[in-house]
Parts: sequence; structure tokens; C-alpha cells
Amino acid sequence: MVGIITYGAYIPRFRIKIEEIARVWGANSAEITGGLGVFEKSVPDYDENAATFSVEAARSALLRRPVDPAEIKAVYVGSESHPYAVKPTSVTVGEAIGATPVMTAADYEFACKAGTAAIQTAMGLVSSGMMKYALAIGSDTAQGAPGDALEYTAAAGGAAFLIGNDDPIAVINDTCSYSTDTPDFWRREGETYPKHGGRFSGDPGYFKHVFGAAKMMLEICGTKPSDYTYAVFHQPNAKFPQKAAQQLGFTPAQIKAGLLVPYLGNTYSGAVPLGLSAILDVAKPGDRIFVTSYGSGAGSDAFDITVTDAILDKIDRSRAPSAQQMLAQKKYVDYAVYARHKGKIRM
Amino acid sequence: MTVARFWREIPQRYNLVGTKCETCGAVFFPPRTLCPHCRRDGKIVPCKFSGKGKVMTYSVIHSASDQYFDLKPYVLAIIELEEGTRVTSHVICEPDDVYIGMPVKSVFRVLDCDGPDGVIHYGTKFTSDV
Ligand SMILES: [Zn+2]
Repeated sequence: MVGIITYGAYIPRFRIKIEEIARVWGANSAEITGGLGVFEKSVPDYDENAATFSVEAARSALLRRPVDPAEIKAVYVGSESHPYAVKPTSVTVGEAIGATPVMTAADYEFACKAGTAAIQTAMGLVSSGMMKYALAIGSDTAQGAPGDALEYTAAAGGAAFLIGNDDPIAVINDTCSYSTDTPDFWRREGETYPKHGGRFSGDPGYFKHVFGAAKMMLEICGTKPSDYTYAVFHQPNAKFPQKAAQQLGFTPAQIKAGLLVPYLGNTYSGAVPLGLSAILDVAKPGDRIFVTSYGSGAGSDAFDITVTDAILDKIDRSRAPSAQQMLAQKKYVDYAVYARHKGKIRM
Repeated sequence: MTVARFWREIPQRYNLVGTKCETCGAVFFPPRTLCPHCRRDGKIVPCKFSGKGKVMTYSVIHSASDQYFDLKPYVLAIIELEEGTRVTSHVICEPDDVYIGMPVKSVFRVLDCDGPDGVIHYGTKFTSDV
């Protein structure tokens, strides 16, 4: 059965508090923090970007479970902050893990769901017998214009999943998607920061697509929310996934392990992959995981996953840091240093 | 740096691939094609270093060239790799935190860029391994 052979995650060590961003823009921090349920967000180092996160996450995956990199025949990186407009991130990752040159590679873009789209592609290539292993990564260093609502949550990080079918630590039982042309969030070529439809992004965007994919997934699998140990939803803030979970019938206990956004921020293409990695950090054989991503523009991918015995003896999770360990290892920066880190100061 | 030179050096920059003399066991980084001890009798093969090592000595750079302006102050160190050769590299840490003997491990970072429209040079830096 196709599934996750190993996984790795990366969260940069710098953080900025939401109240610090609010202070600079004269906004009411209690109101913003209360409205979003986000208290701080990750900030990349000067020399980090979506490609370096991807490499670190992929290397962690291979530390946890050594596989011959030459057997990885596909690398897909989903991001909306690929360092180049033209030149693939995926080959940099392939080179850095020793998978080149006999492999296919491409960069994916679909707002915040490019990483889960990469997992689906990898599943197809492995299930069809075209290859033994395919690597799928979701990674971003998200941009929000200074003072814009997005700036309070736009964060950085990523996670990698090696997909294969020999002794997966978690079987992906099924996947489905729900996609429409919905202009809730966009960035035109050559523009530095994205724009969004404000309140419009909630109902016709996030909720319509998350519910569309999630309900379809439950129907296909013949399951109900209580059949799952864990659930993870796209988390642009803490309120949306909590509301989606509640309306679908999932409990706060089911989404707790995968809800990283309050102290991480929105890592865009990295969000659901990082949430899933945090669940795999603590999962036990037999645990069932429900996953639904969301990417503006718009679409959702849902997955039904069952953790296997292989998570105990085919992988050494302690060989790479867990998401919670990386979240705990942090250094706060003020807005001026943050602006310098993010290249917001032009000289 | 020219695009061609960066491209040629990708294996050593990304993955710390140096060389080893199979005749006497000496390891080299950056890679050498001739063993200085064995000369013509040396058999040189590629050798991938683990990336683990310790700081032999360091300096804190406060006055940086343009390409490292954003990083200053930063730590530049000579690191002895566990396989026995030495490399000069950035160590990612607060200048006050570095010390001689500090265990380090390799990480993947942007080394520098050829301006805003040029090639991004990725490669290896080091960070604390404790
Ligand atoms: Zn020799």
C-alpha cells in the first residue's frame, strides 16, 4: 500500500510576537491576537529560504530512515516563495540529498496547498509502479505587505514526505480534492506582496473548499469524524481550522497535535505538511489521521491515513528534531530586526 | 564567482564531497586530485564528509564585505571535521556563544547571491550540535 516511508520538518529558530507587529502599526494587539488565535510567528534567518527549508526537511527525513537516495526518482517542491521565478527549487533539493541525476523534478504552486498536491503526485507515481520512492515537500517563507493583515501571520517553515510502498510508517488509504476558480488571494507576476479579498477569503474560499474535500473524503472512506485519532486542517490562523473541525464534527482533542499555528504562524505550503509531521512525531500504530489542506485560488486536498507498526521499528524518529522541539527552540526578534531578516528594508 | 565555477563546485558546496587517498588514508577538503604524501602512488577517490566536527578557532567579523553585510556580526571559524580535515566556514550562532571546541554540524544555507538578478549560491554552513 502506498504511504509515507519517512518524513522530516524544518522550522527556523527566530520568532516575532504579534503584539510587536501590532505595536509598530498602531494596531490593537489584543484584538488581533484574539481574532486570529495567533501569538507569535516564525521568521527565517538572513540566509534561509524555501529551498534551504526543503533541503533541511528532506535530510531530516533521510536521517530518520536511511534509504538509497538514488531510488528517489521524483522530487516535487510546493511553495509560493520559490527563490527563483524561473529555475526549479526541486533540483537543488535533489542535488543536496544525492538523488540527482536520474530523477524527475518540478516545482509546484497552488497557494497554501502546493505541498499536498505534491504528495498526491508522488502517490500516483509510486502506485502506478513507475518508481519506488518519490519525495514531496511543502515549504514557504510567506510574505505579507508591511501593515497588511497578512503580516501578522505570514511565517516560515516546511516539511518533507518520502512516498513509497514498502513498509510505510503510515498508509495513505485514499485522497480526494475539491477545486474551483475563486479569486480570494493572489499575487501578480513581478509584485512582491500578495493581495487578498479580505473577508471574502473565508466562506467562498476556505470553508467551501475545506468542507467540499473533507465531506467527500468521509463519504468515500465511509468514515465519521470519531473514527480518527487526529485531524489536521489548513491553518491560516487558529480560528478557521477550529471552526472547520467543529462544523465537521471533530473535537478540539483531535486537532490539538496538528494545530501549530498559534505559535508558528501560517507557513502556507508548509502548514498542513508541518501539522501532519507534528502528528507523526507522536502517532502510534493504528492511529488514523484525517488531513485537509486549502490553497487559495482555490482548492482543498483531503487524505485518510492509517499509522502502521513500521513507525516503531522501521524509522528512528529521534534522529531528527520534532516539530515541537523546533518550536520550543526560539529566539525573539523585534520588528526592526524582523524587517531586516525579511528583506523589507531596501537599500 | 562565475556561474561555471559555482556549478562545478556544487558537490563540495552542498554535500561536503571531498577526496580521500586510499593508499595512505589522508582526506582532503576542498578536494585534491593528487595526494601530497603518496604522489603518483596515491589512489584518490571521492569522500563525503559527515558534516560533524568542532570549532578549532574563530573570529567575529564586524566589518563585512557587501555580500555579507546583512549577516554582520557573524562568526567565521576553522572547523575540524570528524574525518580529520579542516574547513573554513560560517558558524550560525550569536557571536557570544561560540567557543573553541564547540561541537558543530553542517546545515544547508544560502552562501551569497550574485546580486538581485544573479545566481543564488547555496552551500554548507555550520551550527551548534549540542
Ligand atoms: Zn596518500
